[in-house]
Amino acid sequence: MTQAEIKLCSLLLQEHFGEIVEKIGVHLIRTGSQPLRVIAHDTGTSLDQVKKALCVLIQHNLVSYQVHKRGVVEYEAQCSRVLRMLRYPRYIYTTKTLYSDTGELIVEELLLNGKLTMSAVVKKVADRLTETMEDGKTMDYAEVSNTFVRLADTHFVQRCPSVPTTENSDPGPPPPAPTLVINEKDMYLVPKLSLIGKGKRRRSSDEDAAGEPKAKRPKHTTDNKEPIPDDGIYWQANLDRFHQHFRDQAIVSAVANRMDQTSSEIVRTMLRMSEITTSSSAPFTQPLSSNEIFRSLPVGYNISKQVLDQYLTLLADDPLEFVGKSGDSGGGMYVINLHKALASLATATLESVVQERFGSRCARIFRLVLQKKHLEQKQVEDFAMIPAKEAKDMLYKMLSENFMSLQSIANLIERRQFETKENKRLLEKSQRVEAIIASMQATGAEEAQLQEIEEMITAPERQQLETLKRNVNKLDASEIQVDETIFLLESYIECTMKRQ
Amino acid sequence: MAGNKGRGRAAYTFNIEAVGFSKGEKLPDVVLKPPPLFPDTDYKPVPLKTGEGEEYMLALKQELRETMKRMPYFMETPEERQDIERYSKRYMKVYKEEWIPDWRRLPREMMPRNKCKKAGPKPKKAKDAGKGTSLTNTADVLKKIEELEKRDDGEKSDEENEDKEGSKEKSKEGDDDDDDDAAEQEEYDEEEQEEENDYINSYFEDGDDFGADSDDNMDEATY
Repeated sequence: MTQAEIKLCSLLLQEHFGEIVEKIGVHLIRTGSQPLRVIAHDTGTSLDQVKKALCVLIQHNLVSYQVHKRGVVEYEAQCSRVLRMLRYPRYIYTTKTLYSDTGELIVEELLLNGKLTMSAVVKKVADRLTETMEDGKTMDYAEVSNTFVRLADTHFVQRCPSVPTTENSDPGPPPPAPTLVINEKDMYLVPKLSLIGKGKRRRSSDEDAAGEPKAKRPKHTTDNKEPIPDDGIYWQANLDRFHQHFRDQAIVSAVANRMDQTSSEIVRTMLRMSEITTSSSAPFTQPLSSNEIFRSLPVGYNISKQVLDQYLTLLADDPLEFVGKSGDSGGGMYVINLHKALASLATATLESVVQERFGSRCARIFRLVLQKKHLEQKQVEDFAMIPAKEAKDMLYKMLSENFMSLQSIANLIERRQFETKENKRLLEKSQRVEAIIASMQATGAEEAQLQEIEEMITAPERQQLETLKRNVNKLDASEIQVDETIFLLESYIECTMKRQ
Repeated sequence: MAGNKGRGRAAYTFNIEAVGFSKGEKLPDVVLKPPPLFPDTDYKPVPLKTGEGEEYMLALKQELRETMKRMPYFMETPEERQDIERYSKRYMKVYKEEWIPDWRRLPREMMPRNKCKKAGPKPKKAKDAGKGTSLTNTADVLKKIEELEKRDDGEKSDEENEDKEGSKEKSKEGDDDDDDDAAEQEEYDEEEQEEENDYINSYFEDGDDFGADSDDNMDEATY
């Protein structure tokens, strides 16, 4: 693990789970697999706190455990999974574009809670959606369930490995830790539930006229007593599937930029047809016949079969080599060269970085060098392979750029936290004033009174707050954007490494 | 490595041309100060992408950050006692739902010392000091709240209301507090046991004799 990765993980854990979890998480990332007592001893943390921190980390799929000999359980952190926390907004927004608000909230709840049963998700999401609806309207559990099923069918959510249900015939001592298993066939299998009900609004009428808020009492989940129909069947967001979607988006967008809308639609269709049949690190999709592609084009896309064939030929001949022809049956068999496409995207990213950092002349040199290498090797390589030497070179370049990007995100976060801390007093004051104004408005105060309270924040202070907000927004937005670069580079790196 | 300083003349142990200086060329001056912290760059960065998606993701990101802080997974570090006990601090405590993991999925050593037999029950009262994990604390406090409510409910609530209305600030959702501090837990126990008499603690206007804790207790007592 590089220092940059560890630093970034530390910042992310601290922001999401607090300092105790951060301490334990970072320790495991640094040292590798360790048992409970060693963690407590090495970090100087109480056993109880280590336990709770580990529970949180395990719940969120950031730490896993394994039973070693003599029954010692060791815990291991997944650094790369911690880094994925940067991408949560992108996962959630993507779901929104595909499955609208209901889908968006399902994925959000799964990411916020690590893993949940389907019944729990449906209830939470129905409640949240109901909050946003007009008075008197509620969200039906059935509708949320339907969206959940669709997400499972398209593999955006998947079942977590579960405790095996087989009863031990011999009543020996129970194992120190359960071995969680999942059958591949069951990974997207939705349990047959009949979830009936509607979302509930959080009752604001709990505050009566005397202003004695009763809602202070913690709300126990009422289904503590009711039997949970899908007890033990937990679901999580399938990040790999999202990554596949992002990759497809990037490829389609590149084709649209380089060629035209129709070409990109054809490529999009081909990718959609291959969604479930292609593994995440495959170098190319399964071959698709021109006939199949024609049948799968989106409804309303009126191009004739001949025109489609022409487009396919053009795509296959394009020097970018995103599409390749692999046979002649069925009107022509075509594949998408995923690895080649990723390489091109990653290269374009690098070129763009060189250009922005060092100017166009350097960028020209960089492109020439890359191209020249490619030409030298062209005679010996197959159309989908990249020779070892060039791959290693590219790999090194991507890794160092990736490293730089991780470092920049860490810097961005630190800067943002610094800015926020510097202005802590002012921020707190502003929050208090807002709270006062809100409660005054609720009890029907006059305009003049509200004005008076607002003036508690002076004009220069207001200016300071404005600047702070603008800066924090910029820093946050930068994090999201740099993560996009990281995604492209890592996709290429991952794909290439798996082929070595 | 066997660089011989040939008779008083400076000589490089490597080929200077490889680094980019031609033979005999005047080398650049020695720099006597650290490089600037924020040097000017020749090329300014490209502006950030903007658009509906980017704006939405930005808002989401900031929202998620706040939401995560309020979730039960966020473990607060018990803050050191501040020199001045700020009045507003009481009312800004955020209520947190308790989270109980599914013990069946975890190694047995993960469970807290007071063993729970079923998933998600209310654990027994942890009277011994230092055992209070935040998993059990909140449940204990809730039990005490229930007990207190059954006792003299009315007078305490009124007292509490007067305090609250004076401040004009309503706390968001309750003052329950995931504090791991076992000492505070013990003090609370003592306070509660003393409440057998007719004197209601909150009647004392100056809180000098009663530590800040007693005030905290009063908050919790009402709910």
